[in-house]
Amino acid sequence: MNRIAIIGMNHRTAPVEVRERVAFPANAIGNALADLAALPGVSECVILSTCNRVEVCIYSEKEREGVESVRRFFSSFHGISSEKILPHLYVFQGGEAVRHLFQVSGSLDSMILGEPQILGQVKEAYSRAAEHKTVGPVLDKLFTKAFFAAKRIRTETRVANNAVSVSYAAVELAKKILGSLLDKTVMLIGAGEMSKLAARHLLSTGVFGLLVTNRTFERAQRLAADFEGTPVRFEELRSRLEQADIVLSSTGSSGFILARADIEEVIRRRKNRPMFFIDMAVPRDIDPDANQIENVYVYDIDDLNNVIEANIGEREREREKAEDIVNVELETFQRWLDSQQVTPTIISLRRKFDEIREAEIGKALSTLGPVDARTRKVMESLASAILNKVLHSPVSTLKRDGGAHSPAERIAVVRELFELADCEESIEETSGEDREKGKDVGR
Amino acid sequence: MQIAILKATAFFYLIGNIFYLHFIIKLNERSARLGRMFILIGAILHAAGLTARYLSVGYMPVTSLFESLSFFSFVTVCVFLAFELKHNVRVLGVFVAPVALVLAVCSAVLSGHIRPLAPALNSGWLPVHALLLFLGYAVFTVAFGAGIMYLMMERELKAKRIGPIFRRLPSLDVLDDINSQCLKIGFPLLTLGIITGSIWAKYAWGSYWSWDPKEVWSLITWFLYAALLHGRITVGWRGRKAAILAIAGFCSILFTFLGVNLLMSGLHSYTNL
Repeated sequence: MNRIAIIGMNHRTAPVEVRERVAFPANAIGNALADLAALPGVSECVILSTCNRVEVCIYSEKEREGVESVRRFFSSFHGISSEKILPHLYVFQGGEAVRHLFQVSGSLDSMILGEPQILGQVKEAYSRAAEHKTVGPVLDKLFTKAFFAAKRIRTETRVANNAVSVSYAAVELAKKILGSLLDKTVMLIGAGEMSKLAARHLLSTGVFGLLVTNRTFERAQRLAADFEGTPVRFEELRSRLEQADIVLSSTGSSGFILARADIEEVIRRRKNRPMFFIDMAVPRDIDPDANQIENVYVYDIDDLNNVIEANIGEREREREKAEDIVNVELETFQRWLDSQQVTPTIISLRRKFDEIREAEIGKALSTLGPVDARTRKVMESLASAILNKVLHSPVSTLKRDGGAHSPAERIAVVRELFELADCEESIEETSGEDREKGKDVGR
Repeated sequence: MQIAILKATAFFYLIGNIFYLHFIIKLNERSARLGRMFILIGAILHAAGLTARYLSVGYMPVTSLFESLSFFSFVTVCVFLAFELKHNVRVLGVFVAPVALVLAVCSAVLSGHIRPLAPALNSGWLPVHALLLFLGYAVFTVAFGAGIMYLMMERELKAKRIGPIFRRLPSLDVLDDINSQCLKIGFPLLTLGIITGSIWAKYAWGSYWSWDPKEVWSLITWFLYAALLHGRITVGWRGRKAAILAIAGFCSILFTFLGVNLLMSGLHSYTNL
């Protein structure tokens, strides 16, 4: 187990000035993987490089040497002095490394707990390494397991539920108020960045229509063209408001552009069909008192931030469940890994052949009918002798050091050729290390 | 035997309710499925029990209080299961199934022996009148559940404190839609129920309408729902107002159905409990 290691840094251990210099741009990953794989002690490797983390995952036949070469590799590959890098590097080994990878893939180690991109990035990192043939049987299994654990976390816990960005929170609220958004119309007032982003999210959920208005009509037209919406003259705001189910406002106006009375009138004209106002402007555009009108909901930027905070708290409450999944998957991976050692492989190989031998002797004996003790003995020793001869070369190849293929690869081939079951009882005791890591993450 | 079936039914409803409760607290999807399954098994048993009762007494078992409660409970379960399947809102069960449970338990507690049918009740109008009204009541029970959910959800959205309710309940739009549909189905049923009752009264008692307490209260109930329907169609009443009226209407139904029988005397009193 200790042969698996992860060496790297993330948003908590290194500032962006360091991370950006150590990151591996997409076009350099191929070379970096090739260099890494050539290092002494590194048998398999994967590079994960995102804006929040740079990590190298290795499987090494010689644990210490592998880790040391990777630590040096960071500075040699990027041409930065090692004093600048080493203080920020963390090293996880064995079970801890596996746990870390599972946590990263499951987005438990992300800046925002449960953010969805990281799993895709890990998958990308893995397939890059697979393309450059730097993954072997161990990392292959490890990453497959990590994807599986991440999928379980995503479907069985709610760490990724509930919006944690302003625009997603706005969409979520809109759905809870208005139901399906497919037949709803959005009106965008002003051109603040936040409200444009929220409008984009609403459009991507498939709202029916978008009206855009601005104090200068040309600007409204330009924006409407961007969003494939309909431009509306600012003077017509009040008369067209009736058509909107969702109103996104962020103008630079110093006073309210929609007073409570305006909204009361609109809602009457709409025969009480509900409206959701999202006021992203500071100072505010919409009279907050309008929230008291029946079927009208007015949320300003602080309200949305409160919603997000509550949602983050909700995700944190799910972390424990996710960590349980990580632990379970860690254990099954450990069992698999243990079964991939030389000794257990030889044992299960022998057991398999012994079973065949016994079964065949039994069959032969029952065909022959009663035989004397000597015949029986000769038969048995014949069978054993054949088996030992047949098994001699696979067993000694497994035990031999060096050669063109790594022990892990040889074990994998033998296990596949003889169809040895994967997770047999472990030889080593599973280490009961229980680390409470990353509890402070995600805020 | 019939009593045993009724008790078993109540037991299955209880288990179903417990699963629904677990579902709403823990958001455990499996519990929601199990809850629905137990309620469904309960409903099948319930149907068997009602059929057995029908065969042994020879008329629709809605002439005593315990029979009526049992029948009301059964129809409510059927209607809310249908709504759940159609709208795919599993939370509905959490709010409506307890009503069915309470009705079934009361019925099981009150369950009595078969008494001879009062001559006035021995008529072909009995099943028509009772079935229409109980179906209407059941539909309005669903509207009541949706109304409670609407008020809870609206309160949270207005207060802008997004908590457990927000994450668990369906959108206001869906809840209001259930209210509207229940009204469209329930109101004609209620109206027809009252009309058939009136015709039957003419045959049995000699006059269409005799201002007996039950008749008065069903008229009050009818006016409540008529007001809601009218408001919805003409001035666009919806949301909070509609939810409150649905809840008020349900209270009126309960009083018409139970209060009148227990507190007042009149032509509609059951011959026995």
